Amino acid sequence: MKRPSEKIIEFGLATSGAITLLITVGILWVLFSESISFFKVVSIWDFFTDTQWTPLFTQKHYGILPLLSGTLLTTLIAVATAMPIGLTIAIYLSEYAHKTFRKRVKPIMEILAAIPTVVYGFFALTVVTPFLQSFIPGIGTFNALSAGLVMGIMILPLVTSLSEDALYAVPKSLREASFGMGANRFQTSFKVVVPAASSGITVSFILAIGRAIGETMVVAVAAGQQPILTLDPRQGVETITAYIVQISLGDVTHGSLEYNTIFAAGVTLFLFTFILNHISYGLKKRYHQQYE
Amino acid sequence: MSSRAWNRIQDKAFHVVGLVFTFSALLILAVFLLDIIGEGWNRIDWNFLTSLPSRRAERAGILTAWTGTAWILGLTSLIAIPIGVAAGIYLEEYGKKNRFASAIEVNIANLAGVPSIIYGLLGLEIFGRILGLGGSLLTGALTLSLLILPVIIVATREALKAVPKTLREASYGLGATKWQTIWHQVLPASGGGILTGIILALSRAIGETAPLIVIGALAYVPYVPSSPMDEFTVMPMQIFNWISRPQHDFIVNGAAAIIILLIITFVMNGVAVYFRNRWQSKIHW
Repeated sequence: MKRPSEKIIEFGLATSGAITLLITVGILWVLFSESISFFKVVSIWDFFTDTQWTPLFTQKHYGILPLLSGTLLTTLIAVATAMPIGLTIAIYLSEYAHKTFRKRVKPIMEILAAIPTVVYGFFALTVVTPFLQSFIPGIGTFNALSAGLVMGIMILPLVTSLSEDALYAVPKSLREASFGMGANRFQTSFKVVVPAASSGITVSFILAIGRAIGETMVVAVAAGQQPILTLDPRQGVETITAYIVQISLGDVTHGSLEYNTIFAAGVTLFLFTFILNHISYGLKKRYHQQYE
Repeated sequence: MSSRAWNRIQDKAFHVVGLVFTFSALLILAVFLLDIIGEGWNRIDWNFLTSLPSRRAERAGILTAWTGTAWILGLTSLIAIPIGVAAGIYLEEYGKKNRFASAIEVNIANLAGVPSIIYGLLGLEIFGRILGLGGSLLTGALTLSLLILPVIIVATREALKAVPKTLREASYGLGATKWQTIWHQVLPASGGGILTGIILALSRAIGETAPLIVIGALAYVPYVPSSPMDEFTVMPMQIFNWISRPQHDFIVNGAAAIIILLIITFVMNGVAVYFRNRWQSKIHW
């Protein structure tokens, strides 16, 4: 027999759960309904093929490519920094380092992860950019390289801690079998443990890419606001997120075509991260089945 | 060179590289903190904490910024904690096998990866325009609540999962209902873990800037907010505004404000870790 109050409580709890579904519905609805009015004026073909993004100029162009290239360039630099360094640190901590060392280093990595992103922006602008300017000629005050590198440092703890968890979860018996065959620690780490933890490591990489694509404040502070189609990391670029910030801070009238560009940009951003999320969710499910 | 010798060198070399990389990461963190302290420490004084923003860098203060952050922290707690914990309890204790619960689960995993600026677009339209709350504290708190809900839900579930079945069964055996068991046994036993998750989520909320820019929070607010419907600024917004200016005096102000924001963030994280350790050491299942 169930008391009526029990049912009311369960209903209340389920309602709270349902709110999370409403968030997703809300995001999809807002992004799509607002960008539809944008795509009524600008064709999707132009949006993806025009190489200029100048919604605020008199000569208006609505090609997302410059914003996409800015986003991909900074993401690429960040990921190229964070993946090799993060994975190396993860392997070192899991396979080489002393237990007490591992226990001391992990909380410090957590500190790196807790620092607000606007603070990383400050770091990029006031420390990393002047440092780069001291030996790279032609690098601007705002540039993709500095923002990308700092974003790499920012996502480093994410790569390290998730990869390390995946490596650490590989059963001891695998390592012992490898040592028994005469392999050393290096061979065991790279030929046995890393392959066994590969899906977990891949998840950490994908999540890191997603974080870098969606990161806003570092690029808004340090990468500049020039939507130029370039792959030169010394130049200032504008990412999708930095563009949304630029419009939000400006005084563009609500409901105008210029204003709706932030939703079209938002949809593009959302689709990228949505696909990445799904891949990582699928992989996560798979490796949980493997060892549990 | 024999292949055995080569293998030994490889092993040693990786050991060194691993150590160097790990210490480089720690070194960067140190450089980073020292630079900010060096730049901003001398700017912090009582006036800096109690002054309104100003066009003159040396007279500007962070009063409106930290009071805004305090408001946001309070309102976001009131909204996000009950909903997040309730949803976590539902998923872990009630909806184990039904399709509604598994849909919520996939959904939460997805939401955790949505960039914070997208939440800003959501808040701008739903709370700011459709509900007519504009760029108020309430819009900001609601938006940030949605942003941190997945974090609180996941933390709650992890903490509940750690409570052994035997405790629940003993409670049922004494005739307690499901909710009585959860309320009197499971929640107290998992409280430390849930609290840790909540504090970490809130510390993330007060460091967020992007969604608040999008909903229309202002960088310049010349008064201390007195109700949830007031316009506001927060610490990260103020920092962003100052460090975006070319004048060096404002950069110094930004560094000083960063020190205050980092102190708040680190204290919250420290408290969270303290609760986690106390909770883990107290309980021996």
